[in-house]
Amino acid sequence: MKHTHILLGHGSGGRLSHELITKVFLKHFGKPAGGFLSDAAVLNENHGQLAFTTDGFVVDPLFFPGGDIGKLAVAGTVNDLAVCGAEPLALSAAFIIEEGLPLEVLEKVVLSMANEAAKAGVRIVAGDTKVVERGKADKLFITTSGVGRIMSGAENIASAQDVQPGDLILINGSIGDHGMAVMTARSQLNIGSVVQSDCACLHELCREAIGSGGIHFMRDATRGGLAAVLAELCENRPFGIDLYEEKIPVSEGVRGMCELLGFDPLHVANEGKVVIVVAPEKAQALLENLQFHPLASGASIIGKITEDHDGKIWLHTQVGGKRLVDLPAGEQLPRIC
Amino acid sequence: MKYIDEYRRRELVTALAEQIRQESRKPLRIMEVCGGHTMALRRFGLHSLLPENIELISGPGCPVCVTSRSFIDHAIALARLPKVVITTYGDLIKVPGSTSTLEIEKARGAKIQIVYSILDALTLAQKNPEKQVVFLGIGFETTAPASAAGILKAQMAGLFNFSVLSAHKIMPPAMAALIDQGVNLHGYIGPGHVSTITGSKIYDFIPRDYGLGVVISGFEPADLLQAIHMLVRQREANRPAVEIQYSRAVSREGNLKAQQMLDEVFELRSDWWRGLGTIPLSGMGIKPAYAEFDAEKKFSVTIEPTREDKGCICGEVLKGLKKPTDCKLFGKACTPSDPVGACMVSSEGTCAAYYKYLEVS
Repeated sequence: MKHTHILLGHGSGGRLSHELITKVFLKHFGKPAGGFLSDAAVLNENHGQLAFTTDGFVVDPLFFPGGDIGKLAVAGTVNDLAVCGAEPLALSAAFIIEEGLPLEVLEKVVLSMANEAAKAGVRIVAGDTKVVERGKADKLFITTSGVGRIMSGAENIASAQDVQPGDLILINGSIGDHGMAVMTARSQLNIGSVVQSDCACLHELCREAIGSGGIHFMRDATRGGLAAVLAELCENRPFGIDLYEEKIPVSEGVRGMCELLGFDPLHVANEGKVVIVVAPEKAQALLENLQFHPLASGASIIGKITEDHDGKIWLHTQVGGKRLVDLPAGEQLPRIC
Repeated sequence: MKYIDEYRRRELVTALAEQIRQESRKPLRIMEVCGGHTMALRRFGLHSLLPENIELISGPGCPVCVTSRSFIDHAIALARLPKVVITTYGDLIKVPGSTSTLEIEKARGAKIQIVYSILDALTLAQKNPEKQVVFLGIGFETTAPASAAGILKAQMAGLFNFSVLSAHKIMPPAMAALIDQGVNLHGYIGPGHVSTITGSKIYDFIPRDYGLGVVISGFEPADLLQAIHMLVRQREANRPAVEIQYSRAVSREGNLKAQQMLDEVFELRSDWWRGLGTIPLSGMGIKPAYAEFDAEKKFSVTIEPTREDKGCICGEVLKGLKKPTDCKLFGKACTPSDPVGACMVSSEGTCAAYYKYLEVS
């Protein structure tokens, strides 16, 4: 490790996070079989395969346009299961609460979690509560874990082992909404923006995608944005990625904020976007199927897997130029989820 | 976003690139002086659209990058005084001084506040009469008028607990110094925002005395390619001149009111630029008439001896003599989240631009 202390950037989902995971966590916990880090671990059981995942939530502020920490905590874990091809079975939730938090706030968050879990058809079956002294944690942190059953035909999605040159890359809608919504809620810039977080459970969408066949990989594009998902997908693999900027949906509000604040939408966090790598012959059907789903009305095929430039992402810019896309360098926005 | 999209139309940009390819015969080395241009060129991948005989070189037009370590050290010394609140644009906070940064000082308890405008600093001074609010004035002719306006406003309001530490600089002497110091160029893409204030007339001496063209450009892909096309035509016809591509914002005379304000508050002095050294009459000091608002004169502090980092080639990068990728620290010891040189800190810095938007090779 280059640094002797933890920086905010270590939690960004970018290059520093990556270094921390490899050089501290994997060093001692061991690497997963196959070496590829998916959103959930796949466990072989007597009655098929289970997916198991966990995620911590520290978003600031607790409530933002389009969601809150509770909704995020349920959707985040449901999505980590769903993108691995698993039907969520049950969740657990652990709360770290700062002394003095109004009960009303806590209950509002818990109600939001209950609603989101009901929508996802999953129950929160175990939990834990810790309270720390005022000032030792900021209001409320939540950790959720989830277990799910891998659907038949979806066994290879989590490992990305079937991804090959020629496959197409699809996303279910516009990018950057969550990051910019939280930014608006937090900043003192007084930007009168209408950007809403895209925070949502994606399990139905993922189920439909798997049903239409030919799915080689799925990942929700959270911290680090679309760029981070794709950079991790092709790292050390015998293929590269071609991305077409004009095909990548970005809402006007997000574009405007990114222009103003100097962010690259490719690096901004989402909480309701899934990147799907699909066999080319199945891609058009998948796109047409998904567009009927309310969470994928803006779906678009944004790029392809190529045998050229292994391990690298080329962005074909809207004006016809080319440049490389990489993992975001440091922290873009701390405490975005 | 229509006002931007029109300048990003693919057909327009492709046609301009094609025109450049057809007309450009002679080798052409152009420097984009302004960091905003460096960022835009790389973000849209415009290098990949140009023929091989055209070389774009990034220049010293990122204010954070050319600012001396001794300025940061001075700001840190002020930050350590009791009652002083330092207000600054965000870019400056990570810039390494000789032994510390404003970010580290903040973590140690110094009062350092990021502001988006000098008006925020004035408000802070108004609300906290028991504090001394110091605004770090950096930037070229673009941001200097705001600092001048801030000082005039403070004087009118009798806000004597407000002052500015000025590292403001002007662009033309640096453009001359680059050529004097042997940087081999055929033309400049002139800075867009600076020129909205100064007008294009300040560059007249460059074709006259140095035989180089200057085309002042906007910041969108079509702007930049059109500006490059204009420089191609100048070079092919051997007729260097000052031209304005960015005519929707820049005139020959510029913003006279802003220029008046600069004349009222600032006077020219020698100043040190990273990479270029001391350039006569290139910096803006606050005139004695406004000494009450000049943090240099108002506070007496001991500034630590300046230490530059070994191995960092920011200086040569700023002169266009080397590329960031020539630096052995680039992307390894020096990244945007943990920069060694100033060029990796600012969002307009050449190293940061290279790091964020890697070139397809």
